[in-house]
Amino acid sequence: MNDQPTIRLSVPERAAPGEVVEIKVMIQHAMESGYRRGAFGERIPRDIIKHFRCSLQGETIFKAEFHPGVAANPLLSFHMRAEQSGTLDFEWVDQSGQRWSKQARLVVE
Amino acid sequence: MKMKLRRRQFLQGALTLPIALGAPHVAAESEARRRQVATAIAQVFGPNRTVQAGKVQVIVPAISENGYSVPVAVEVDSPMTRENHVRRLVVMSEANPLAVIAQFDLGPLVGLARVNTRVRLADSQRIYAVAEMNDGTLWTGYDHSIVTLAACVI
Repeated sequence: MNDQPTIRLSVPERAAPGEVVEIKVMIQHAMESGYRRGAFGERIPRDIIKHFRCSLQGETIFKAEFHPGVAANPLLSFHMRAEQSGTLDFEWVDQSGQRWSKQARLVVE
Repeated sequence: MKMKLRRRQFLQGALTLPIALGAPHVAAESEARRRQVATAIAQVFGPNRTVQAGKVQVIVPAISENGYSVPVAVEVDSPMTRENHVRRLVVMSEANPLAVIAQFDLGPLVGLARVNTRVRLADSQRIYAVAEMNDGTLWTGYDHSIVTLAACVI
């Protein structure tokens, strides 16, 4: 896996207090299941992202745990109730502990 | 006359035999699939939990042309308040080598218990979702997808 995968975030810039907004995130990753075999019949080792976390000012909103059944370039869409402005932090951790993250600003007014 | 009847009976028997032999095979396969989901629920949520059907809606395309990436939408009927919300949501497969596909931790901050993702499917099958509420009850729902090109051993 290359060191800087593409991360795409879809977060509304502003929301009304109490409004439920949809958040979509995607990270570029092969999510190699460990069940496939290469051209010479050798087993391709498993290489997947295990955890995803979305937090606002350190408080966890949504967490996901991935298994090999998740498709490559894992896409997630979930919701959050906008109550305070702040920086949303999105973090992915792979099976060997490598982390990738990206931030987005949400203004509630 | 007696001979003819025998012959007719033999032919009828010969016709029903493969059906009779085939039926237990189909039943055994669906039984194995049910067991895979039941085992996965016991592993994730603990043994001897009561799972009720309802509240959980799973949506997958009726026909997936490509098992490598199948969109799955899961929605749970819950107000998502501090007093009444979904704690955990697990997507399970009955025919993949690994039953558990993804787990989501939700809470009142989420506001709406609806999650979309994309999964791999090794065969035509039912996709289950199991939701654990904050009061500890388990709810389940499923949808079926016919997979034209299976994700060869996911």
